[in-house]
Amino acid sequence: MNRTLPTPRLPEAGATASAPAQAPRSNAPWRRGARRFLRNKLAVAGLSVLVLLVLFCFVGPLVYQTDQTHTDLGSALLKPGEQGHPLGTDDVGYDILGRLMVGGQVSIMVGLAAGVLATVVGTLWGATAGYVGGWVDSVMMRIVDAGIAIPATFLLLILSAMVKPTVPLLILVIGLVSWLVPARLVRAESISLKQRDYVVALRAMGGGHGRAVLKHIVPNSVGTIVVNATFQVADAILLVAYISFLGMGVQKPSTDWGAMLTSGITYTYAGAWWLILPAGLCIVLIVCAFNAIGDGLRDFFDVKGQGE
Amino acid sequence: MSTPTTPALLTLDDLQVTFRTDGGPVRAVKGMSLDLRAGEVLALVGESGSGKSVTSLAIMGLLPATATLEGSISLGGEEIVGRSEREMNSIRGAKVGMIFQEPMTALNPTMRIGDQIAEAILNHEELPKAEAHERAVALLRRVGIPEPEAKAKGFPHEMSGGQRQRVVIAIALACKPELIIADEPTTALDVTVQAEILDLIRSLAEESGTAFLLVTHNMGVVADVAHRVAVMFRGDLVEVGTTEQVLTQPAHDYTRRLLAAVPRLPVAGEHTPSGIAEGSAGATPALSVSGAKLSYRVKGATIHALDDVSLTVAPGEIVGLVGESGSGKSTLGRAALGLIPVDEGRVQVLGTQMTGRWRNERAERKVRSRVGVIFQDPGSSIDPRITVGQAILEPMQVQPQLAPKSRADRVARVRELLEAVELPGEYADRYPHELSGGQRQRVGLARAVALEPELLVADEPTSALDVSVQATVLRLLGELQERIGFACLFISHDLAVVHQMSDRVAVMRRGKIVELGPVDQVLISPQEEYSQRLLAAVPVPDPAVQALRRAARWEGKHGDAA
Repeated sequence: MNRTLPTPRLPEAGATASAPAQAPRSNAPWRRGARRFLRNKLAVAGLSVLVLLVLFCFVGPLVYQTDQTHTDLGSALLKPGEQGHPLGTDDVGYDILGRLMVGGQVSIMVGLAAGVLATVVGTLWGATAGYVGGWVDSVMMRIVDAGIAIPATFLLLILSAMVKPTVPLLILVIGLVSWLVPARLVRAESISLKQRDYVVALRAMGGGHGRAVLKHIVPNSVGTIVVNATFQVADAILLVAYISFLGMGVQKPSTDWGAMLTSGITYTYAGAWWLILPAGLCIVLIVCAFNAIGDGLRDFFDVKGQGE
Repeated sequence: MSTPTTPALLTLDDLQVTFRTDGGPVRAVKGMSLDLRAGEVLALVGESGSGKSVTSLAIMGLLPATATLEGSISLGGEEIVGRSEREMNSIRGAKVGMIFQEPMTALNPTMRIGDQIAEAILNHEELPKAEAHERAVALLRRVGIPEPEAKAKGFPHEMSGGQRQRVVIAIALACKPELIIADEPTTALDVTVQAEILDLIRSLAEESGTAFLLVTHNMGVVADVAHRVAVMFRGDLVEVGTTEQVLTQPAHDYTRRLLAAVPRLPVAGEHTPSGIAEGSAGATPALSVSGAKLSYRVKGATIHALDDVSLTVAPGEIVGLVGESGSGKSTLGRAALGLIPVDEGRVQVLGTQMTGRWRNERAERKVRSRVGVIFQDPGSSIDPRITVGQAILEPMQVQPQLAPKSRADRVARVRELLEAVELPGEYADRYPHELSGGQRQRVGLARAVALEPELLVADEPTSALDVSVQATVLRLLGELQERIGFACLFISHDLAVVHQMSDRVAVMRRGKIVELGPVDQVLISPQEEYSQRLLAAVPVPDPAVQALRRAARWEGKHGDAA
């Protein structure tokens, strides 16, 4: 390249020949997947809702600043619109709109992190069990069966009664009760994938078992894994809401959407609907959004997508 | 055979089928005109994508909603194109029957055989159930099922593949259709079973006057049963004529190329055996199996997949392994790679004992760097989520001590390997689904020879491919073998392909090697009774020769009975 002048539309002859052939080629599956995803209107709507909610919770507080640490009993239980509080205030005077934002941060963070944790643990567990097979598989899957037999909510309530719940603890606990379902799903995939010729070929060329699992079995189950992960996140958000609603979640002054419901429920008989309706709506919206995204991702990973 | 004066039963007139796709309309059949008379067997041949299956689905009215039909299809003087779904339902089964390729999936595994046939009858006729059942038993007898009363009470999984295909034919015959469309009816069957099914089709056409439209890619099958042949190429009908005419004096260039690509076994006496390539006798054999036994239990019965098998492949030698499904040939291939442990006996690859146990893993992985492998199914032999280049790179990553050190050198090696299998180097960036089946199989070949192996195990490498593609893959395999000089265990059910490729051949049956010897000896003048039977069952793509072979087989079978 000894050209001095930048000539943007005129690359060298060799580059012209190879660039158009290669550039769209290498990311073609990704793009085609994206096109399939975008064709799913519900998924696009879900993604938009999620993006808006994330912006609302994490960027919102920078724009709309409120005090969510100190109580202000003087302005408790104000109706929406009164004294510059668009969604009113709660029983100790926190601004509801601001509280939705900080509460959402906890809900989304715990949900995402726990969902990811559950997916990673479940994927590795299930892929290993299915790939190794035999008695190892039997033992590993009986552990999963036993885990599924214990109701997760029950386990969470006992745990949070014993120790003071914090955000990292919630993530860990929810993650560790939710990995069982992905483990089962991935195991089933793994059993069918390990018999594929490309896995047998890898073994025949002397490839190790770790490589077979990590390079071939897990990537080929990615559709199942990611789709399930979105449902895991939605479930985790709901779980956080449950235990917080029962008063065992994060403690005041920090909060999440489930905890907002709990503190609001007492005053609804007094007509304070703004304490629960916005938080309830947020939970419903984000859970629906994740489920819709999961649906779209199923299309995204469907390599044999119709009409391609 | 019907005389030309009988009116046509089925007439296609300028039939065109167009599929609506995202990439614009695709014309699958471009103007096809064809006649079929009662009692006639017409073979529709062509490679995958030629439109032969689309044509048969169009006649059944089973095309998907994205297809548009133009032209005319008339059956017994009635126009089919443009009929409503309800009207088509009364035609399907009653006037046109269909036989599918895979007998297991064509039958309902949870329903008794007799009930399935009776259901087909009751779909079109109002009959008391008992009577329908009697007819079902009669149909089973008609298609040559022994003890039809007992079998009618049984389930599909209790029958062999050949018997299941007979049941499928019985269902197709249930309402005495005038025309039966058979889409690759014997492709999933072993050659000896295929011969019996073809005999049945021939006798049905002769005795009941049923017309058959036989969709197939196997020229031997065509020579065996068809009266006339129609050759399709990319949606066009390129040639129609009597079987004799098309197979011996093809008029169209494409038909000539197609026929030239079909591997043939030379006939005894007409072939001078070539000198046998002697492997270097003193050297360590590339593969040595001795006294290998392997059995597994299915529902209480013990199945001997390998029963005292001994086989040696010398360095640089190609040993063919033939046999029918279930003979244990694929099991032997996997055991030779140490992927399945044997119960008894010894498997040695390049002097290293292969046990297939975790304990011996390290030593076995090391010796596998000197072994390559190719599989049958081009759809699953390459990971669909990685590019072709990454797939070929994989053996180098797994065995880095044998590969070029720098990344650039490895990429160059991938290009070199792609070129060796006659694919452009740019294909390294493509994903498997962007390649055709034959191209994928060539990528599999490139991956197998990436480390210049000393032993290659090829398990039915061309069985899923069209003949012309098969010819290319076999030629490339032969060229690479000559260049690299690897020993090869070549597993196939196709005797002609094995004959073309191998130095020596082993015939397997029920886990045992029944005959082992130089390829010309075993595949041209076999000594063992089973090898003779296997060889006699392979249809030859020459109608005159095939008629003689059929007569000889017929005599042999009925001579035994007398």
